[in-house]
Amino acid sequence: MLEAIEGSQAIARAVAMCRPDVVAAYPITPQTHIVEALSRLVAEGEMHTEFVSVESEFSAASVVLGAAATGARAYTATASQGVLLMAEVLFNISGMRVPLVMTVANRAVSAPLSIWNDHSDSMAVRDCGWIQLHCADNQEAVDTTIQAFRISQETELPVMVCMDGFVLTHTLEPIEMPDQTDIDGWLPPLEFDRRLDPSDPKSLGTLVSPDFFAEVRHSHHAAMIRALDVIETVDDDWHAMTGRRGGGLVEVAGDPEAKIGILAMGSTFGTLETGMEHAGAQAGRARLIKLRAFRPFPAAALRAACAGLEHLIVIDRAISPGLGGVVGTEVAAVLAGAPDAPRIHNHALGLGGRDIPETIYADLMTAVADPDGPAFSVFDADLTKLDPEDR
Amino acid sequence: MAEHDPRGERLDELRRKFGREPLPPGADQKELTPREAQPRFRGLESGHRACQGCGEALAARLVTECAGPDVMIANATGCLEVFTTAWPQSSWRVPWMHSLFENAGAIASGMEAAMKAKGKNTKVLAFGGDGGTYDIGFQALSGMLERYHNVLYVCYDNEAYMNTGIQRSSSTPHAATTTTSPAGKERMGKRHLKKDLLAIVAAHHIPYAAAASVAYPADLQRKVRYAMGIEGPTFLVIHSPCPLGWRHDSALTIEVARRGVECGLFPLVEIERGAVTNVMPIRKVRPVTDYLELQGRFSHLMTPDDARAEEERAHLQALADHNIQTFGLRGDTPDAGDTQASSSVGRGGHPAGRV
Repeated sequence: MLEAIEGSQAIARAVAMCRPDVVAAYPITPQTHIVEALSRLVAEGEMHTEFVSVESEFSAASVVLGAAATGARAYTATASQGVLLMAEVLFNISGMRVPLVMTVANRAVSAPLSIWNDHSDSMAVRDCGWIQLHCADNQEAVDTTIQAFRISQETELPVMVCMDGFVLTHTLEPIEMPDQTDIDGWLPPLEFDRRLDPSDPKSLGTLVSPDFFAEVRHSHHAAMIRALDVIETVDDDWHAMTGRRGGGLVEVAGDPEAKIGILAMGSTFGTLETGMEHAGAQAGRARLIKLRAFRPFPAAALRAACAGLEHLIVIDRAISPGLGGVVGTEVAAVLAGAPDAPRIHNHALGLGGRDIPETIYADLMTAVADPDGPAFSVFDADLTKLDPEDR
Repeated sequence: MAEHDPRGERLDELRRKFGREPLPPGADQKELTPREAQPRFRGLESGHRACQGCGEALAARLVTECAGPDVMIANATGCLEVFTTAWPQSSWRVPWMHSLFENAGAIASGMEAAMKAKGKNTKVLAFGGDGGTYDIGFQALSGMLERYHNVLYVCYDNEAYMNTGIQRSSSTPHAATTTTSPAGKERMGKRHLKKDLLAIVAAHHIPYAAAASVAYPADLQRKVRYAMGIEGPTFLVIHSPCPLGWRHDSALTIEVARRGVECGLFPLVEIERGAVTNVMPIRKVRPVTDYLELQGRFSHLMTPDDARAEEERAHLQALADHNIQTFGLRGDTPDAGDTQASSSVGRGGHPAGRV
């Protein structure tokens, strides 16, 4: 049955269905509604969880790490500055290969202060060793959140579920909430072999000399690559139970024969789909590529999705100053060398909550036709607002 | 190569140094009493890489020994983490995790929340040095105390960042030299006071916060046992000399620690819900110079005919006198000085005194 639910409330209910032992969180816009909803569920006795209201995101990440290390199922959520404050712990969690799940309600990073949506936060921790899945809508966010617990358990890797702040977290959408009994059957109990247990004492997080460090990193990387299969298998399993897919690694929509492709992560994808429908024939139809798994980076799936394209527009919701777009650069890297590799047009869009209107589709399709167009631009920047020397 | 003779000449040399007769041959091979012969639980095994005379290693052994096997430990980054692990070896016989420098309090909070969620009563311990507790981990500690997690937090206080090479921390005593508070023409070591962490911790109105010293193991272990019996946050700061950082003879760790207590600079007090309930009395108060003279970190204070040195010595003496007065440390009951008896003698102090 479809219900109209705010994204954050839906995520909270999805998390509750996974019966975490410990939830720790610190308030930060736009994530706050998720943990508020969770604490209400705990207060009403609808969720049997130790809810720890910590004094910082640094401690939120540390509390769930401490809990997960004992074999408990743990969850936290954050955004923006919170992600950056957690950064050191995030590397630590994945380096110890401890399974847990975190929602990131994507938001820009200060300065200048912006509480609005873009992907600067999760991009900043791109290399922290977590699985990073980006959700295009709230149904996907619900499905991905539940899947994340299973992916995390099966891979012993932490999973970051990214959803656009406000655009998804604060938006009501019709959502099919899964059944608790279905989830109980689908998500097995967490069995973490390396858990801290007085009856079988282990030391976690020891000092490692140069004799072993490279091997640790190698095995972490190998586990991330193996996780590509796990993400797909878990999505298949989910589909078998619910009839829905969470989005696999990469999804393709629009015209499969099109020579122009547009690749995006997160809610921008839906805007492009609608934009294409409303743009009319003269804008042309593109192949729309949704990148759901940003880490591990699905090179083979991307190559397949981009086969036959002459132009590929890659949308970044963050910027790496001095380079351009991170997603654009990475996509270009995995397509490089192929004889028919498309020309990459990389655009940063919607930074710091700049609205992405449906008309962006037609604008992008116009820009791609310009043979002298830049390899990278902040597409929706209004340069007239800047002094001439800053343009 | 000299023959390994741990209880021979070196022991005699030390006994002479402290005015005692050398032991007669065979005296150290005494028969163990049944109590002494009992097998003891060891949470921290020997064979680790601590320096000779490391106060922290001794303290951690004493703590884990009486905390027992049904515990798990969250350890902050520091010497203790480094010298006990180094993959693939570990000296820990209890579940132990090192995460980061500044989050031992939060890691322990998470472990405890998980134990609660799973209905287990395994006690969670958090270990940190003074850097990880007084400075960088201060916020996580405060959060843990405020949220009332059932955790015993133990701070092994060696009064500087020893693991990174003896840099000043907020626990470094006034006028001590470290590599970042050196003495020179314009400076007499650290310019600031040692942070009164125990008072800050006690201000969280937790059930139990106490100071202990490696010089008084029985007292230390009594405090650990007491804290272990409390359901709620408890805190123990243990004065743990570092021969390398304090620049004293590694055979003098206990002597240095004892003089630190006997001069009043490190008062062994117990605070329950904000009120001082016990203090270790000092029967014969020593001048602070007795404590300073053993340590290279204070050697610039011992220069004769140096007005600046004299002023700093007076300053430290005043700090010690203040402690003695505030906590009522002067005792007149028989001396507890020796370790075996220190937990069983009567206690003085201001029972109802506030911090």
